Parts: sequence; structure tokens; C-alpha cells
Amino acid sequence: MDLVRYTLRRVLLSAFVVVGVAFLVFVVAQVVPSDPAALYAGPRPTAEQIAKARVTLDLDAPLPQRFVRFATAMGTGDFGVSYKSRRLISQDLAVYLPATLELALFSTLLALLMGIPAGVIAAARRGSWLDRMGSLGSILSVAMPTFFFAMLLQLVFSQWLGILPLSGRLSQQISISDPLPFVTGFNLIDGAIAGRLAVVLDALAHLILPALTLAAYPAGIAMRLTRAAMVEILARRHIIAARALGLSATRILFGHALPNAVGPALTVIGLSFAYALTGAVLVEIIFAWPGLGRYVSEAILSKDFPVIAATTLVVTLCYVVMNLVIDLTQTLVDPRVALT
Amino acid sequence: MSALARRLGYGGTLCLAVIVTFALLALFAPWLAPYPDQGMGTPNVIAKLKPPSADFWLGTDHLGRDVLSRVIFGARVSMSAGLLIVAFSLLIGLPVGLLAGYFGGWADEALMRVTDVFLAFPALLLAVLLAAALGPGLLNSIVAVAVTWWPWYARMARAEVLVLRGQPYVEAASVMGVSQGRILIRHILPGAARPLLVQAALDVGPALLTASSLSFLGLGILPPTADWGKMVDEGRKFFPDRWWVSAAPGIAIFLLALAFSVLGDALRDREGDKRRDAA
Repeated sequence: MDLVRYTLRRVLLSAFVVVGVAFLVFVVAQVVPSDPAALYAGPRPTAEQIAKARVTLDLDAPLPQRFVRFATAMGTGDFGVSYKSRRLISQDLAVYLPATLELALFSTLLALLMGIPAGVIAAARRGSWLDRMGSLGSILSVAMPTFFFAMLLQLVFSQWLGILPLSGRLSQQISISDPLPFVTGFNLIDGAIAGRLAVVLDALAHLILPALTLAAYPAGIAMRLTRAAMVEILARRHIIAARALGLSATRILFGHALPNAVGPALTVIGLSFAYALTGAVLVEIIFAWPGLGRYVSEAILSKDFPVIAATTLVVTLCYVVMNLVIDLTQTLVDPRVALT
Repeated sequence: MSALARRLGYGGTLCLAVIVTFALLALFAPWLAPYPDQGMGTPNVIAKLKPPSADFWLGTDHLGRDVLSRVIFGARVSMSAGLLIVAFSLLIGLPVGLLAGYFGGWADEALMRVTDVFLAFPALLLAVLLAAALGPGLLNSIVAVAVTWWPWYARMARAEVLVLRGQPYVEAASVMGVSQGRILIRHILPGAARPLLVQAALDVGPALLTASSLSFLGLGILPPTADWGKMVDEGRKFFPDRWWVSAAPGIAIFLLALAFSVLGDALRDREGDKRRDAA
């Protein structure tokens, strides 16, 4: 019963947050800019064109009315038309959103795969050089500017070692000469559906560097949280009992201790996903990744506010939904989490 | 020096030294930079993209300007951005948290729901949106980041107030007929502000990282003023063949952010010890 009430409350709060976010985006994108009509009318508009744009954009209506119209349009997936390209924004999003989600999800996976084992080992061998290297790494990853780290990775792995591609999502021989049919927009999945192993491997090679850039910081956090949780759990009686029974160290660590540390892992998924969505703006520019981050940064340069608003809203929605799912999962997985 | 080292640990002291060095560079940039006019932006086209040498210790950029001088001048922007973002955020977050926590009820509910909305945004994205709407410029980018930052302080301040509000000395003051405003400012604020200031010290690093990300995206201070984030972006066109254009400012951001976060950690550990002792 408690669980149902908690779920309802969280869903309601999330809905409220989404409306609030929409309002904030509306204010920033439609009220703050000096003259949307002049932007819409194109370069060097005449007074007449601006007046016409004011009518098209409905700028003379009262603010509450404009907000309701904005919110209904956004709610029904009608994001309007880009000022710059005059293309439907919803069509652009359908292509760019999967690209960004693929990157964000892959980097989250990478952060967990690096951070959790590192945290387990650090906790098992406290004070060893592995432990110290790990905590040094997590401190450094906090202070490293994302965009600079991306460039360093390009320098080492693509320029010096030449083992990974510099940028892009697929090699040109695939994307131009033999393109992949669009099914989900996730290259790894679409490649697998088409049964082309070479494409999957190529997509994977292109994913590694940008995903690694985005995974560094959350991996550091994952390591710290897992280490702290494991240190506490390893001192508990059931672990001592398992030791006394003569179970192997690996089995104790991964079979008996780690499942109790699953809470921090979930926290990290949320944090890492959020970090990846945000960092996408920087990383996608550097790695020429055709996703939402690059889309929005180009829109910023041309002051294309409908695109900026739609992208911000969609990304924030992904973020809110992810947080909701994680909070609810946490209460299901770990009954000790207080329902508040 | 040894007293300081005992308080902060050697790592903390080293970080403090790094921060003080950058602060001095920022303050006295016109006297310390080898080419002050280039540091401020005057082009020097006869020496474009020269590698590091005796004349130009860190090389020159695409307009022939001395990278070292520009890094020294850039310290002004990054330092002030980091500190001002945190200061502005405290100025908004602290009062909001104090009021929400102290008065409770509908004021608390309303303020905290507004806070939730701001926290729902991925921070950099909201800052980018705001900075784009306000237009480029140092103050605008600082405001844009501060708007995404204050909710954390509001939440922290509220949590602190909720603890302090029930303390016997606050109840005593209330029974003695001290006015609510005076209780809030004289008796609760000092206690609530302390952990927030420690957190703020810890946040200067991330704040200046975010500010440099904005200027990397072209939403920070306008050229020709030197700015580390912008300099990394300018060097990207010549990277990695002429790595020095991007490398020096990139390392400078990293060093300063690192120094602030390790120093903040040291401060927090000290604060934690104190609280544990008091408890």
C-alpha cells in the first residue's frame, strides 16, 4: 500500500516538475530573447516581414495564452519548425535523439563496468597501490575539463596509437557507400538487425572514445561509492561467517558482499546518465557525433530558439523519467530504502 | 607554515599554494605577463603558431600572441567566474533555504517545488539555454551557471535549519520573545552558513569547470579577452599538430579545478572531524 502511494506521489511530483520545466524553457526561449519575430523572419528582414512573423508566431497574444499553446504543442510532439533550416524539429529529433541515447547509455554501462569492479577491488585490498591509484584517479577525473579530456583521448588513441577512429559515428565507407537502414536509430542494434557484424564493430569503435570521455567522471564516483559500501559490508557478520566457512575470496566479494552494495550502483546509473546527457553538448562537438548536443550547439550559434527549447525539453524529460525509474527501482530492489 | 599544514594536511597546503599563485597571477597579470598587450588581445601576426621557445615559453596562438601571457590573463576570468558563480548561488540559495526551513508549511512546499524544477534540468544544459538567451559575456555566463547552482544550497540550508530550529537555544530565544527575524539572522544563520561555506569552497572547482565549458561553446566572455575555455577551443583547429595552443590553458583549468576540489575536501574532512567531536 505504502509502495503504491509512494509511486503515485513520485509520478505526480515528476509531472509537476515537467510542467515547471516547460514553463522555464518557455520563458527563456520565448520571452527573454529580444525579438523572436526578427529572428524568424530571416536575415535583414523588412518591417513588413517582421510584422508578418509576429502574426505567424502569435507574439501579440497574452503570455498565459502563449504558454498554454506552447505546452500543448510540446505535449503533442509538435515542436514547430527550425528558424534556420525550416525543417520540422520533430523529424530532426527522431534522428538525433537515438544517437545521443546510444552514447549516453553506452557510457553509463562503461562507467559501471569500470567503477564497480575497481571499487570492489579497492575495498578488498584497502591501502594497496590499486586502492590508492583508484582514489587518485577519481580525484583527477573530477577536475578534468570534459572537452580537454576528449581532445587528449583523440591525441593518444587516434593520433599516436591509431587504433580508434578520430570522430564520427560510422566510417564513411559504411555511412555513404552502404548505409544502414534506419530501424531504431541505434547503430549497434540496427547493425545487428541487418546481420552485419562489420557495421556493429565499426559503430563500437566509434563509440568507445566519446563514451570513455563521458564515463570517466561517473566511473570515479561509482568507484568511491562502491568502495565505501563494500568496506562497510565486508565488516559484517555474515561475511565473517562466510570466511569462516572457507568460501573463496571471489565468491565472498561478488556473491555475498556486492549484492548488498547495489544501492550505490543504481545511484550511479542516474548520475552517469545525467552527466552523459549534459556532457553530450561538449563531447558531440569534439567527436563530430551527430546527436542532440551538436544539434543544440548549432542552434545556439544561430539563435534558433525553437530548436533550443525543444531539445532542452526532450533531454530534460529523458532525465526526469530516468530518475523516476531509478527511484522506483531502488525501493523495489532494496526494501530498506525509506519511502518518503 | 607547519600550523597550516597540520590543519589542512600537506595536500591541502599544496593546493592552497597553487590557488594563491593563480590568484597572484590574476591580480598582477599586467606586470607578470611577458607580453601584456598580447595577453590582453593585441595580435602579433609575424609570429603565428610558433612552438615553445626562449622568446615564447609556451608558444604562440593563431594570431601570434604569447600563450603564456594569455594563460596568465585568463586566470582573471576563470578565478572570478568560479568565485562569483558560487557567491551568487549562495546569495540566492541560502535565503531560500532559510525561509523554507524556518517557516515550513506552504512556504516550504512552494519553495522546494520550485527548487525541484531547477534540479530537474541537467545543469549544463539549462546554463547553455540561459547563456544563449542572455547573449555571450562574462557576467551573463556567470549568472547562467548560478541559476542552475543555487538549488543545491537551498536544499542544504533548509536541512541545516530543520536541525537548528529544534535546538534548545533557539527555543529559549523564542520563549524570551526574540523576534523571528532576529532568531533567523542571529541564531540560525551562523550555524547554517558554516557547512554551506565549506560546500561552496568545494564547488569553486566544478563552477569554474562549468564556466569554462560555456566559454568553450562560445557563450563566455567575448574575444579578444583571454579565457582558458575559449583558448582550448581556438587551439582545437590546430590540434594535435600544434598542441601547445590548447594544452597550456587546458592544463591550467585542470590544475586550478583540482586545487580547489582537493582543498575543499581537506576543509570538509576537518569540518567532519569537528562535528564528530562535538557530537
